[in-house]
Amino acid sequence: MEQHELRQWENKCIQEEVPQCTASCPLHVDAKTFCSLMRQRRWDKAWAVLARTLPLPGVLARLCDAPCKRNCVRKDAGGSIEIGLLERFCAENAKPVAPPRPLPARGKSVAVIGGGLTGLCAAWELARRGFRTTLYCGVPGSDLSALPETQLPAGALERELENLARLGAALETGVPLDTALIEAQLAENDAVFLDSDALSEAMADFGEPDELTLGTGQPGLFASPRGESAPVLKAAAARRAANSVERFTQGVSMVTGRELEGPYATRLYTNLGNVEPAPPVVNAAGYTETDARDEAKRCLQCECMECVKNCEYLRHYKAYPKVYVRQAYNNESIVMGTRQANTMINSCMLCGLCEVICPEDFSMADVCLQARRTMVEKGTMPPSAHEFALRDMAFANGEKAALARHAPGADASEYLFFPGCQLTASDPGGVMAAYADLRQRLGAVGLLLHCCGAPAEWSGRQALAGETMAEIRGHWERMGKPHLVVSCPTCLKALRQGLPEAEISSHWSLLRALGLPDGARQQDTELAINDPCAARHDAVLLEDARALLEQMQVRITEPELSGERTECCGYGGLLSEANPELAKAVRERRAQAADEDFVTYCVMCRDMLAKAGKRALHFYDLLYPAGEDSAARPAPGYSARRENRARLRETLLAELWREESETETAPHESVRVEFTEQARDIMEERRILTSDVQKVLHAARETGACFVHKETGHVLASHRPVVVTYWVEYEERGDGFLVHNAWSHRMRVKGGAS
Amino acid sequence: MSVIKVPEADAAGWKCRACDAELEMLPVELEYLDSLFTVALPTCPQCGQVLIPENLALGKMNQVEHLLEDK
Repeated sequence: MEQHELRQWENKCIQEEVPQCTASCPLHVDAKTFCSLMRQRRWDKAWAVLARTLPLPGVLARLCDAPCKRNCVRKDAGGSIEIGLLERFCAENAKPVAPPRPLPARGKSVAVIGGGLTGLCAAWELARRGFRTTLYCGVPGSDLSALPETQLPAGALERELENLARLGAALETGVPLDTALIEAQLAENDAVFLDSDALSEAMADFGEPDELTLGTGQPGLFASPRGESAPVLKAAAARRAANSVERFTQGVSMVTGRELEGPYATRLYTNLGNVEPAPPVVNAAGYTETDARDEAKRCLQCECMECVKNCEYLRHYKAYPKVYVRQAYNNESIVMGTRQANTMINSCMLCGLCEVICPEDFSMADVCLQARRTMVEKGTMPPSAHEFALRDMAFANGEKAALARHAPGADASEYLFFPGCQLTASDPGGVMAAYADLRQRLGAVGLLLHCCGAPAEWSGRQALAGETMAEIRGHWERMGKPHLVVSCPTCLKALRQGLPEAEISSHWSLLRALGLPDGARQQDTELAINDPCAARHDAVLLEDARALLEQMQVRITEPELSGERTECCGYGGLLSEANPELAKAVRERRAQAADEDFVTYCVMCRDMLAKAGKRALHFYDLLYPAGEDSAARPAPGYSARRENRARLRETLLAELWREESETETAPHESVRVEFTEQARDIMEERRILTSDVQKVLHAARETGACFVHKETGHVLASHRPVVVTYWVEYEERGDGFLVHNAWSHRMRVKGGAS
Repeated sequence: MSVIKVPEADAAGWKCRACDAELEMLPVELEYLDSLFTVALPTCPQCGQVLIPENLALGKMNQVEHLLEDK
């Protein structure tokens, strides 16, 4: 990832955008933090938040007419937060704080002429920035004197004038404000600011101030716009003038980069979907502590987090995409040191839900897939992350499981059935029934048992994915480019991309058109539909799947996340390989998305849901029912999946094509082995296959190298077929073995027996 | 050459079947992704067969493997 790409990605994620209240406040008060502290009744801390941003906070907090309320997101769910009332409560009840510490002296002097609220604020802002500031006025705060005691209590202004003095501003009162004073101060100071409303007559000679800079025709002379009545806008004009004085005295551009002064637009999106409407707390007598807390509690604490709320993976790493993409970038940039984001990058399901949900279309899948490809290119992809899945893919495409044939007795294929390697692994009986049904109704239907290359694609191995697709293309071309009928939504997506010129239909769309097969279950039941993530953007497939269920008289319940917004079962992107713990959390979350039994048209979704203990059916369980309670069928383990593929191929060859399987049996395959229940569970968890154990036992038998336990009599042997060393603890039983335990490691003993 | 001692390397009760010998903690070279370590592991003093106990394989060894993979 290049740095400019990182910036583009970071800019897409709006989680760190400023909340609407802060963006629309002319002074950018952090109202979100303020409310958060107010809801905790931490009045003093809340006051410190206001005092950090507001000039003369004891005055301004009482006068603010809260223009932020117009943009408060809460306004559509009961009414905007009464931020003005909260500020007033805080001003009355919090412990006063000292004025902010001014910046170091700049050696520049500024005169402020006119002591209305604008002039006072300007003096505050300038003194705070380290200018030697003198305020010339008649009576300070003259425009505040008419305010009732209820709005500005006695002493409030005086306290802030004391603070102004503590900030270092000098106050010259009772001074006649005229052109002569302005000219004299211009000559003596580096800049002069005029509070226009306090001396409108004298202003006439200098012209209207510029809207952006508040500069006048006279260099170094700045002035507020006349007639501003809102206190917060007076303060904002003072701040703008102070910014201009700062630029003027530094000799930098007066105009560039000032977009974020005053109110501005923010892209932050906050969803009101699950927000209960609640009206503002009203109390004509002024807020009590409870009122203030309750009103502050209505603050939504605006943030986006839309993707994070809906994705267990994004939630797991405790941040949001803007942070993650930076971690992925840093991970890629590391030359020496630890790549801390490898597992994070390999844990994305690549399912695309975040992109659908995000108001700005941020795709974590694109970020992670690209990062994986780079890791593969640079040789930094951890071998353990995807190796098991890639070996499984190699098995599915190897001589024991792959098959390409025209229909029995046919020498051409009009259609070619492509069930996908996981369906053959999980439900070989269903695949046989489906193939028989297709041949019966369509005639010349060939069969292609092969993996579509998804594991290679997901693991970032583009070359391997390309080779896999080239193999499929070879079979398809040799068979006369028949119309492909594809069951698995992931295969469907991969084949449409890899063979764009082929005619491809989903098995489900075809069955919708053909009608239900004989024997399909038709009974009034209610099931929750689980759309696989690969179908997310396939509107036709989503609709055909529903139509097919309706033909079977299934009443369909849609989980909250469904259709285009469906969530992954935890298999996608090889999450379950790279991060089994997180995969477990993901599938358990999905299992809880509906009370009803699930029905789905992706067998991995079915098996993942089953692994989470959720009753789940695959479409084949309804279309080609095998009799038993299919929703309770456990997900076959890794060894069984391989055996199912191999046996399916053998059975099909024997029964349909009357051929003996031509594959040779390896010596270890004849090792007779049984497992304790515990050993079976352990092997599944540790991804150790029956064939791996058979290899160890065969090697031990051949070499005699093993250990024996003095008490239990158990034998312990190891073998390293390729890159993993397997250890098996077993009992010898006649000419067979009973396995008690197995473990593995990738580290190699140099020159050792293991 | 320094030898890393692995406390989990507990192999009580096992002996080499072929040699009928008790195992001893002897320095063994372990290799993964171009990294080499010398670790004291239960080994048959006669034939040199090394035992990697379950706790070691799934514990410390697994941690080191991940550390090296993420380097």
